[in-house]
Amino acid sequence: MTKDDFWQGVRGGFPVMVSAAPFGALFGALAVDNGFSVFDAVFMSATVYAGASQMVGLELFGHNVQPWLIVLSIFAVNFRHILYSASIARHIRHFSGLQKFFAFFLLVDPQYAETEKRAERGEPVTFAWYLGFGMIIYLPWQIMTLLGAIFGQMIGDPKAIGLDVLLPIYFMGLVLGFRKRDNWLPVVAVSSLASIAAMHVVGSPWHVSIGAIAGILLAACMPLSKRHEEPVTLEHEV
Amino acid sequence: MDNAEHMQLIYVILAAAVATFLTRIGGYVMITQMKRIPPRMEAALNAVPAAVLSTLVAPAFLSGGWDVAVAMLVALVIGLRFSSLWMLLAGWLVVMAIRHLLV
Repeated sequence: MTKDDFWQGVRGGFPVMVSAAPFGALFGALAVDNGFSVFDAVFMSATVYAGASQMVGLELFGHNVQPWLIVLSIFAVNFRHILYSASIARHIRHFSGLQKFFAFFLLVDPQYAETEKRAERGEPVTFAWYLGFGMIIYLPWQIMTLLGAIFGQMIGDPKAIGLDVLLPIYFMGLVLGFRKRDNWLPVVAVSSLASIAAMHVVGSPWHVSIGAIAGILLAACMPLSKRHEEPVTLEHEV
Repeated sequence: MDNAEHMQLIYVILAAAVATFLTRIGGYVMITQMKRIPPRMEAALNAVPAAVLSTLVAPAFLSGGWDVAVAMLVALVIGLRFSSLWMLLAGWLVVMAIRHLLV
C-alpha cells in the first residue's frame, strides 16, 4: 500500500518534472554566468529549492546587491508559500513531526496544488504519496541544475547566444502568472515606474526594494474586494 | 570571485534556504496560532510577488538595449496566451535573429 502510494506519487509528479527540467538547466547556466561556481548553483538548488526565487537571488547577486536585501527578496518571492502551508495543514495533520519537516521543505507550487486536488477527490494524502511526488521533482531539479551549470561554464560570451534576454523574460512570465490577482495592473504599473525612477535617482540595487514597496503600499491602500482569493499557482514552477 | 566573496555567497544561500523554509512552514504555524490575517495585510501580501518581480523587468526593458526590448515585447504578447517556456523561446529567437541576421 505504502509502496503503491509512493509510485503513484512518482507517476503524478512526472509531468511536473518534465516541465520544470528546462528551468533547472536554465538556472544552472545563468548562475554560472552570474559568477556562481557549479557547486554554488547545485548547493542553492538543493537547499532553497524554489526556482523563481533562485533566479531572483542570482540576478541580485550579480548586481552586488547587499546580502540582507538578497535574502529579503528571496523571502518575498517565496512568501506565497505561507498561504500554501496554512492551506495544506489540515491535510497533513496525521504526518509525524519529521514527516512534516520534509513535507514543508518540499512544498513547491505543484506539490501544493496536487496535494489540494488529491484531498478534494477524497483520496488519502499519505506521506509515501507526498514523498514520491516530491522526489521525482526534487532530484531531477538538482541534476538539471548541474547539467546547466556545466554547460554554462563552456559558454564564452553569453550575449552571443542570447542568454542575457532570458532572465527578464522569465521574470515577465512570472509577473503575468499573477495577473488574475486583485490590483494586479496598478501594482505592476506603480512598481515598474517606481523602480525605473529609483534606478535613476538612487541607483541599483535600491530600485528593487523601493519599487516593490511602492506597489505593496498601493495594494494595501486600494479598496478591498469582496471575494476571497485562492493563492495563484504557477503551473511550471518549482 | 575571491574567497571572502565566495564565503559570503555560501552564507547568503544558506540564509535564503532558511528564509524559504520559514515561508513553507510559516502558514502552518500561523494557522495553529492565529485566527485570520487582517484583510489589508492580506491584500499587501498578495501584491508582493508582482511588485518585486516588476522591479526586475521594467529596468531591464529600458537598459538592455533595443534588441532586448523588442524581444521582451514579443515575449509579452506570447505570454498572454502561452506558457513561459514559449515566451522564453520566442524572446530568445527574436534576440538571436536581430543579433546575427540584422546587425
